[in-house]
Amino acid sequence: MYDVVIIGAGVSGSAVARELSRYKGRFCVLEKEEDVCCGTSKANSGIVHAGYDARPGSLMAKLNVEGNRRMEALSKELDFPFRRTGSFVVCTDEGSRQKLQELLERGQKNGVEDLQILSREEALFLEKNLADEVVAVLYAPTAGIVCPFGLTIALAENACENGVEFQFDTEVSAIKKQGEGYVIETSRGVFKTRYVVNAAGVYADIFHNMVSADKLHITPRKGEYFLLDKGAGGHVSHTIFALPGKYGKGILVTPTTHGNLLVGPTATDILEREGTNTTADGLAAIREKAGLSVKDLPLGKVITSFAGLRAHEDGHEFIIGEAADAPGFIDCAGIESPGLTSAPAIGAMVAGILKEKLNLSDNASFVAERKGILNPAKLSAEERNRLIEDNPAYGNIICRCEMISEGEIIDAVKRPLGAKSLDGVKRRTRAGMGRCQSGFCSPRTMEILHRELGIPMEELTKSGGDSRMITGGRKEAAQ
Amino acid sequence: MKQYDVVIIGAGPAGLAAAVSAFDAGIRSILILERDREAGGILNQCIHNGFGLHTFKEELTGPEYADRFVKQVEERGIECRLNTMVMDIGVECGAEAESVDAKHGVDAMEKPSCRSLKYVTAMSRTDGMYQVAARTVILAMGCRERPRGALNIPGYRPAGIYSAGTAQRLVNMEGYLPGKKVVILGSGDIGLIMARRMTLEGAKVQVVAELMPYSGGLKRNIVQCLDDYGIPLKLSHTVVDIQGKERVEGVTLAQVDEKRRPIAGTEETYECDTLLLSVGLLPENELSAGLGVELSPVTSGPIVNESLETNIEGVFACGNVLHVHDLVDFVSEEAGLAGKNAAAYITRMGKEEAAGQVQIEISPQSGVRYTVPSHIRLSQMQDTQTIRFRVGDVYKNCFIRAYLNDKQIISKKRPVMAPGEMEQLVLKKEQLLTFVEPEEKSHCLVIRVEEK
Amino acid sequence: MSIKKLICIGCPLGCEMEAEQEGTEIISVKGNTCPRGDAYARKELTSPTRIVTSTIRVEGGARHMVPVKTRQDIPKGKIFDCMEEVRKLSVTAPVHVGDVIVKDIAGTGVALVATGNVNVSN
Repeated sequence: MYDVVIIGAGVSGSAVARELSRYKGRFCVLEKEEDVCCGTSKANSGIVHAGYDARPGSLMAKLNVEGNRRMEALSKELDFPFRRTGSFVVCTDEGSRQKLQELLERGQKNGVEDLQILSREEALFLEKNLADEVVAVLYAPTAGIVCPFGLTIALAENACENGVEFQFDTEVSAIKKQGEGYVIETSRGVFKTRYVVNAAGVYADIFHNMVSADKLHITPRKGEYFLLDKGAGGHVSHTIFALPGKYGKGILVTPTTHGNLLVGPTATDILEREGTNTTADGLAAIREKAGLSVKDLPLGKVITSFAGLRAHEDGHEFIIGEAADAPGFIDCAGIESPGLTSAPAIGAMVAGILKEKLNLSDNASFVAERKGILNPAKLSAEERNRLIEDNPAYGNIICRCEMISEGEIIDAVKRPLGAKSLDGVKRRTRAGMGRCQSGFCSPRTMEILHRELGIPMEELTKSGGDSRMITGGRKEAAQ
Repeated sequence: MKQYDVVIIGAGPAGLAAAVSAFDAGIRSILILERDREAGGILNQCIHNGFGLHTFKEELTGPEYADRFVKQVEERGIECRLNTMVMDIGVECGAEAESVDAKHGVDAMEKPSCRSLKYVTAMSRTDGMYQVAARTVILAMGCRERPRGALNIPGYRPAGIYSAGTAQRLVNMEGYLPGKKVVILGSGDIGLIMARRMTLEGAKVQVVAELMPYSGGLKRNIVQCLDDYGIPLKLSHTVVDIQGKERVEGVTLAQVDEKRRPIAGTEETYECDTLLLSVGLLPENELSAGLGVELSPVTSGPIVNESLETNIEGVFACGNVLHVHDLVDFVSEEAGLAGKNAAAYITRMGKEEAAGQVQIEISPQSGVRYTVPSHIRLSQMQDTQTIRFRVGDVYKNCFIRAYLNDKQIISKKRPVMAPGEMEQLVLKKEQLLTFVEPEEKSHCLVIRVEEK
Repeated sequence: MSIKKLICIGCPLGCEMEAEQEGTEIISVKGNTCPRGDAYARKELTSPTRIVTSTIRVEGGARHMVPVKTRQDIPKGKIFDCMEEVRKLSVTAPVHVGDVIVKDIAGTGVALVATGNVNVSN
């Protein structure tokens, strides 16, 4: 019997797991994919929002601002990429200036610090590529950018190191109340637990509705993006949002923590909970709208496009807490934007609830710090050479575009909750995420995975399941 | 820090040929840096035949062609460091550089740019990260394939989508079959070659789709790679959807109109487990850009003069890093020229007046997309100069004409020209001299396609 | 008499040719730039052949595969027989360019030779 089973190893589930690992207990995370960070958490804007969007008094507003405040310290503690870059909301017609003012006031009510409205001239001083139509901007210096993989993986790894169990390829099919706790049926057996945390992203309504009569309804809201080459990464230095206006919700343009430029998302409500395909219409819409707030966007430098799903609950509010008619079932549902920003606060809030309910005592051996994968590029030449001398794999570059060494890939594979697939390696090290999109490095990364994990080449996958990379081996007829 | 007269980045066909020719022009201090575990570059995975008719007067496979150049490099004892990644090339004018220049009698005041050594930062398992100084650098990094992302093909992102070259490496070098039921987008040569290769290995290649109304590859590859095996080529078609969340399950093709937009109602879905992309090659110039080399927006390769020298003095470029070639024979020839010119640069260092040269700018017009080189310094020009270029469309029974200061100097009839096949003109110095007024320092040579 | 259109595969030029054929006899070939085109057209219309290239497994080598080719062109109809045989072959390192792997592949009388080098694994 577990004390807590968390369903979903996305950023919310991982944040809860990490905060929960401060306490003594038997905790387990169930994830239907082969790795952490495979759903909503892996395909989003990577923005740490300042907190002026959400309705004052809402949980979204509270956790956004609190998550933003926690992010920097957490990034140092858990060693993941975060930068406080600041964000702009740009206004492109005089008639809408009032809306900037409204946002500013809402932000102030939410407790966002240092918000100010800048004139076009003041804004251009900070951001030279604003569109010619921009007349004024709302400047939020506290906004930032985070690597969504880096954040989620760091939380999960730290949770794992502090004793939380992770079960992958484990899809939940039924949840039943039994005595004081719950029985969770999965594709890999039955899990019994006193408490359930439902952090299942776009599936959270399904699990909630299995135990509660007070139904939730989540709509997967698709967002499509373009990722641009690092050569375009300096086009803007802040996250640039458009004021919602006559073109509907605008497209944002932002640098990423790794120096690329990200443009998107669209917003299309869909039915399919696995519908992460990009569409011709979506990609066309980004191209059409992207130039409204930022000029001369080098869309010729697109290296990939992708789509993610936001878990939009009908009430557009985070649903966090014990379901009224299902004691022991803690929801963490409707976590759409600003969910990534809020994750550190969501983790603390849910862990707080559980500590109280379960009367948990402190985990004396809890270690708050986690070291990320060593990035040799950040070392001095002397340090780097010492590293290569100790471990020559750090001298062998596998991914030419991102200059990722074999040493980093081996680290990604060997560490707690290590990578098992090409995408797992990519999300941890960036190998394959560059401009050639793994054309050169995938055969080599496959070799490393094969060697380090003993997985036969034919069984290696891009992202688990049936995503096998090759269909036949060395003259199979001969073997 | 070790110093070399010539440091060559890349031991593919371009780098090897450049090294051999620099050596044969008298240079002994040469270093080749290669990131792969063996020399030969992409030729090692191009196991098909059809290489070397120009260079060796016989038909060789890629690895055989590479082997001949590797042997030439070995015979000359040229140093080639494998498994070595070049991280950066920089121009820096330190104290060390000045002492070298002094040794060679360079007057620092008069020729400041000559003083510059180039610093190449490299890394390997065995040597760690280190720098070498170079009096000249020859860029020979080759090219990479355009990935799916650059095409904006909508759909899922499952396993089973490979660029043709990656599939070629898996099949030919590693011995793995990336898929059994295949659709190929793009009729570039690698795609055509892989259509045959996958077929021979037992895969079913269902169709090759090409966005343009003409093939991007060589005609003979259509015959011997597609026609021989009954693989259809669908011109003016593209991929409009990719199905399959984990592994590719299907690919939808549609016909496109003259503006390359998919035509609704023409969609056709092929059940398959693999999509190969052969949709263009891009010169790999990140190192060049870091060094400050000026790049052409058309080719993505460096802008060079008659000596294949970039805007950074003493830095030369050749092969696919300069502009994407169809034939390795021309890569070898071009690289040979780069090696020879680097040698000449070293030999003449400080002995020649650089200023006040007669320069001819080459202006590609109507149908000619670019030229390599893009300008000629008459004093440095050899007796003949080959100008290579590509046209932007398919032309039948047209003329390639060159005009120097508005006077026609060359007219060459071409029965067929296509973007997929590189064209060339040969300029004669003797002829240029008759049209150039010696007082006039700047001239313009227009190259264009004309129908009559 | 019939006119057959074909594209020469002798070199990258890809000459578009027309051949006049009378039964099994080729009367004339037009459109070729060099004698190779003439020869190709005559052969292609009577007994077409191709060089086959592939790879075979290497035991104990620094690389797993070595590229091979038929030393001369073989009848087109024999290509898949040749591949069937190639699939079953393996060789022990070291292998060098030009090494004969099989003297007579698929009964064509043509040798299969290595086109690459593979050193012994260290």
